[in-house]
Amino acid sequence: MTSVQTHHGDHAHHPAGVMRWVTTTNHKDIGTLYLWFSFAMFIVGGIMALVIRAELFQPGMQIVQPEFFNQMTTLHGLIMVFGAIMPAFVGFANWQIPMMIGAADMAFPRMNNWSFWLLPAAAVLLVSSMFVPGGAAGTGWTLYAPLTVQMGPGMDLTIFAVHILGMSSILGSINIITTVLNLRAPGMSLMRMPMFCWTWLITAYLLIAVMPVLAGAVTMTLTDRHFGTSFFSAAGGGDPVLYQHIFWFFGHPEVYIIAIPAFGVISQVIPAFARKPLFGYGSMVYATASIAILSFIVWAHHMYTVGMPITGQLYFMYATMLIAVPTGVKVFNWVATMWRGSLSFETPMLFALGFLFLFTLGGFSGLILSLTAVDVQVHDTYYVVAHFHYVMVAGALFAAFAGVYFWLPKWTGRMYDERLGKAHFWLTLVFFNMTFFVQHFLGLAGMPRRIPDYALQFTEFNQISSIGAFGFGLSQLLFLYVVLKTIRSGDRAAQRPWEGADSLEWTHLPTPAPYHSFETPPLVK
Amino acid sequence: MNQSAPNYYLPQPTRWPVVGSVALLLMAAGAVMWMNGAAAGPWVVAIGAIALATMIFRWFGQVAGESEAGRFNRQVDASFRWGMSWFIFSEVMFFAAFFGALFYVRVLSVPDLGSIESRLLWPEFNSAWPSAGPSFTGRFTPMAAWGIPAINTLLLLSSGATVTVAHWRLKENRRGPLSLWLLLTIVLGATFLALQAWEYGHAYSELNLKLSTGVYGATFFMLTGFHGFHVTIGVIMLTVILFRCLAGHFRPDHHFAFEAVSWYWHFVDVVWLLLFIFVYWI
Repeated sequence: MTSVQTHHGDHAHHPAGVMRWVTTTNHKDIGTLYLWFSFAMFIVGGIMALVIRAELFQPGMQIVQPEFFNQMTTLHGLIMVFGAIMPAFVGFANWQIPMMIGAADMAFPRMNNWSFWLLPAAAVLLVSSMFVPGGAAGTGWTLYAPLTVQMGPGMDLTIFAVHILGMSSILGSINIITTVLNLRAPGMSLMRMPMFCWTWLITAYLLIAVMPVLAGAVTMTLTDRHFGTSFFSAAGGGDPVLYQHIFWFFGHPEVYIIAIPAFGVISQVIPAFARKPLFGYGSMVYATASIAILSFIVWAHHMYTVGMPITGQLYFMYATMLIAVPTGVKVFNWVATMWRGSLSFETPMLFALGFLFLFTLGGFSGLILSLTAVDVQVHDTYYVVAHFHYVMVAGALFAAFAGVYFWLPKWTGRMYDERLGKAHFWLTLVFFNMTFFVQHFLGLAGMPRRIPDYALQFTEFNQISSIGAFGFGLSQLLFLYVVLKTIRSGDRAAQRPWEGADSLEWTHLPTPAPYHSFETPPLVK
Repeated sequence: MNQSAPNYYLPQPTRWPVVGSVALLLMAAGAVMWMNGAAAGPWVVAIGAIALATMIFRWFGQVAGESEAGRFNRQVDASFRWGMSWFIFSEVMFFAAFFGALFYVRVLSVPDLGSIESRLLWPEFNSAWPSAGPSFTGRFTPMAAWGIPAINTLLLLSSGATVTVAHWRLKENRRGPLSLWLLLTIVLGATFLALQAWEYGHAYSELNLKLSTGVYGATFFMLTGFHGFHVTIGVIMLTVILFRCLAGHFRPDHHFAFEAVSWYWHFVDVVWLLLFIFVYWI
């Protein structure tokens, strides 16, 4: 099967400057683009979060109009989910999967470029929706009908942004699945792949399954708005609850789309710093797949209060609780990996441990919310906000930080400043809990979410939360500084700075990883 | 497969993706302007659409050229197969959302509007399907299954057979019959579209069945409309494949693009069968 291959080592053909990044088909360039885009969106979405927290520092209306507050909660959610967290992990996938499986690049390098460059187009639409008459969508990131049917043109921009984000995700996922299934080096069987590749294989499958469903949901919203259809209008025989069903059929797998690649990063980091192989690799694979499958049949636990029959509530409650089983397997395996390991606590490991504690806490509050009787009480309160920020921030974001510190030496050839990295971790950890832990109490006490004002008795906890949020936001500037300092003046890193790390990028490639790696696949024994 | 091929083709930097992104941005922005009454909207959409069409034509043209130049080995071929399969899966899920909406309104929301509680609000409402909802005041006639839709079913099923025959001729390297069977497939697909267009005209002018005819009109037109859109794409793809056949492209053992189009065509076929059963028939 020796067939023609165009050698691309000739860099003379490659455009320089901005055009290099616009036209690149290199998985490392595209991974870098994803990661920087994600960080930029993280800052934009973060500023919106700070607008929310500033308004909530005191009861009463101080800083923004209620309509603008609603737009901030909506855009903060959409930007953080679709603009910050998802692209961050796609960035990791682009950088790492080809190196981890011994491939020269992704399977479809040109399409890879398009998956990335669709994101700025969507971001332009989303952000510009703030500047049209009526402002951005003020519906919350879930874009529930009938409010979405009544919004101004900002809603249309949001709908098309969601379409383009969906396209980007689908193309990126097709690329990842094909790369994992077809470009593995000889000897790299599926069950020998690094766990990170497995988690992305499963995540990409989820994305291809549910992003088109979201596209369908917002398309129905669009036609209800402008073309006279009645999908979400009871007067025409439709039902606003129909939107919720379709949305959460997407929305629940989406939660795992965010969490599962984070599991993958953690499954690389913990063994490296425990200097032991991942405990129960096979059970990790099956647990991850089980979580993915279960995610399709639990969606209505987001809708306990819409008036479901009791049998429906019971079914969705029990099905949801089932997810705790494979998730428990994963947490157990991470802990067992550390059992009797030679642990060391560099920054990636600290973030991984932070993840382990706080994500598990978020998982437990999720278990509490899965109980219909409890959820009916705390639905749409700050308890829910606290729960999903423990999963999204302390789960996904902490894992992303762990991954950046872990792979930064391989990407840049330089070590980050360990002292500053640890400072970033501790600041992030403390301010995170300051922001979100108290929100559990607010929620249990009955403070509703997505409301710009609140009753006096909630003041102290809100003030703690707001101070924590600003501290958390400022701590991320330290992260930016650490990364820039590493790139500019970090100490040279060894090929394998983490002695416990044993995937191909550490064992077979120099540091920094060359622009083109594994043009000839390695033989994996 | 991955054991056998040490090297595979990696493309040079490309400018088509970013052209596609700008094109989609223009189309989206233009559509928003159009729907909200800005006069420039249609023009912006048109510019975006032209840019998108150019991008697709040039990008696919480049890939076809690389394929004919023999740059794709078996491993690249396998990548394309995985890619197309998963793309079709994403399309399946897109249609699943609309079928899900149809089943939901038929099984849950419309019957519920005839429940004792809802009858307090709309005492006159008859919750039998097909229904345009309690606020719909006019009369409409639902689309009958055994007229044009049945003929269309025959047309599409036959076209699935003819494209398969064309594929057999390609594998036997009989180029003349290949092109003829492919042409026949295109004619069947185009006839389907023409009948569908006539049916829409009939629905609007004589049956009072419109996109705004409650949830029956919404599900009917959105499901059949998206299907018709996919048939249109399929006919365009078949036409491109026909021209490539006439230009001497494809070999009996190397014709992924042909197979991809035929997979897509069978997918469109299966969706139609479900539409015929659940939208038109029962």
